[in-house]
Amino acid sequence: MRRFLDRYWYAYAMVLPVVVVIAVLVLYPLAQGVFFTFTNINEGNIANPILDRPATYDVVGFKNYLNVLSGGESYGAFWSTLVRTLIWTFSCVFLHYTVGLGLALLLNRQVRGRALYRVLLILPWAVPAFISAFAWKYMFNAQYGIINQLLRSVGLPDPVWLGQSDWALVSVIIVNVWLGVPFMMVALLGGLQSIPGDLYEAAEMDGATPWQRFRHVTLPGLRSVSSTVVLLGIIWTFNMFPVIYLIAGPNPNARILVTYAFERFFSGASRDYAIASTYGVLILSVLLVFAAIYRRALRKQGEVW
Amino acid sequence: MTLDASSLKVVQAGGNRLRRTDRSKGASVALHATLIVASIIAVFPVFWVFVTSLKPDARAVEPTPKLFNESSLDNYTRVLSGEKGDFLAWFGNSVVIALMTTVIGVFISATAGYAASRFRFPGKRGLMMSFLLVQMFPFAVLIVPLYNILIALGLNGTSFGLVLVYCTTAVPFCTYMLKGYFDTVPSDIDEAGRVDGLSPFGVFWRLIMPLAKPGLAVTSFYAFLTAWGEVAFASAFLSAADESKTLAVGLQVFVQQNRTEWGHLAAASILVAIPAIVVFYLVQRFLVQGLASGAVKG
Repeated sequence: MRRFLDRYWYAYAMVLPVVVVIAVLVLYPLAQGVFFTFTNINEGNIANPILDRPATYDVVGFKNYLNVLSGGESYGAFWSTLVRTLIWTFSCVFLHYTVGLGLALLLNRQVRGRALYRVLLILPWAVPAFISAFAWKYMFNAQYGIINQLLRSVGLPDPVWLGQSDWALVSVIIVNVWLGVPFMMVALLGGLQSIPGDLYEAAEMDGATPWQRFRHVTLPGLRSVSSTVVLLGIIWTFNMFPVIYLIAGPNPNARILVTYAFERFFSGASRDYAIASTYGVLILSVLLVFAAIYRRALRKQGEVW
Repeated sequence: MTLDASSLKVVQAGGNRLRRTDRSKGASVALHATLIVASIIAVFPVFWVFVTSLKPDARAVEPTPKLFNESSLDNYTRVLSGEKGDFLAWFGNSVVIALMTTVIGVFISATAGYAASRFRFPGKRGLMMSFLLVQMFPFAVLIVPLYNILIALGLNGTSFGLVLVYCTTAVPFCTYMLKGYFDTVPSDIDEAGRVDGLSPFGVFWRLIMPLAKPGLAVTSFYAFLTAWGEVAFASAFLSAADESKTLAVGLQVFVQQNRTEWGHLAAASILVAIPAIVVFYLVQRFLVQGLASGAVKG
């Protein structure tokens, strides 16, 4: 034991603050959240230290899970919401990645004014999300919004973007793509810059076409950056709450799992913490399954992560 | 030897120049056109809010928008003078909370990231995996348990409690990034420092931290933004008194109370965005390098 401490004490001392913060403020609440899913806790029966009221909620077993997984409308139509969440996540991450990669490839060339382009293109990342949400909501306004005025002026149909239709989902995807591209672009640009230039020269020497160079030099060179940012992107997008909540509000056409959990949590006469937590645990499970599959797929390609 | 190296450089430079002239005029135009269109899309929403912020409320929603319409700085003076809520107090709270989050979050991420990068110790893998796990749980759902803990710790309603909560969101990502960044700093430097009689902490603090500036810049940016724009926790955990709100919360209230005052909202938004953009501008030259090495090795 002594030798063990002698050997590792500085390593442990250095990770200790993070471990304490994570354990106290994440793992313990997480455990409590999981416990809540087996109860009928809500605003009315939770212990309230300020009013000095003891907790009166009961343990109800798997009832919450049964209710949610049966997919009933009054419990947020779990399965159709899950499908919408998957559409949202994959279309966002796909567009983040392809647009981000495209712009990174352009910025990686020798372009005049590259530094300026880079600053301008990263800007959406620097603006706080709730400000961007406000800006887009203003622009999406069906009547006065600049987007519809532009569409009308060129004779295109002007949809009611944030109304009760699937346009609401399209709108929030547009905003989230706008928000998320800079991160991908910057990460991929860094990845591109770390690919040694002689690989391209060698490929050129061997007579590779630009497409072949992209396919056989660029993409493999980006693989490790890509696997990290795509995984992070999927996790973040799956749980992206502010964009949808601030732009579309509780619109069921743009509802994903997280926003519904939040709706359950914050609105309604009795804030239903139990159902919200159940949603949280289900979200975590979906992401865990996904991460396991993703990791296995990477490992098959010989990637250690 | 020197001749070899320099001739190699010449060849490389020549190669680059070749590639540049290689591009036809048409390709150049297309390249710039694409970048210009993308930049316009990136900047336009912010620009439009700025334009709107100069208009009176009644002119902000009109059938045919113009760039300038009775534009003035009136909205700004009204917002800053506190006519629409204690804007300056909110601003101060936000600055304090965001800076504390950045300093504390980046510091503890750096120590943990350094330990994970340099030392082998039992539990390291589990630690890194738990960071990923933490990202997966929707934080909104943790509000009730967190609220209870903050009360138990006596930190409920204080800015420090909020800072700790923000650290939990920022720290996992920052630790990942910084570990990746420290991996790119050769460990010979550590050994040299140890030989010169520095303690492990001395090596970390005096040698590695200054070398890791790009990585630190990126993580600071991330931590700052996490705290600066957050709404849900801030509205749940800070006391309801007007002067203890952060900007994000204050502005939310402002939105709910004054749905039609687009001009004032836009002015307030621009004022909130400015500090974030300043921080961004300070770190942006490190951004590509810092993020890349973190993500590559992470």
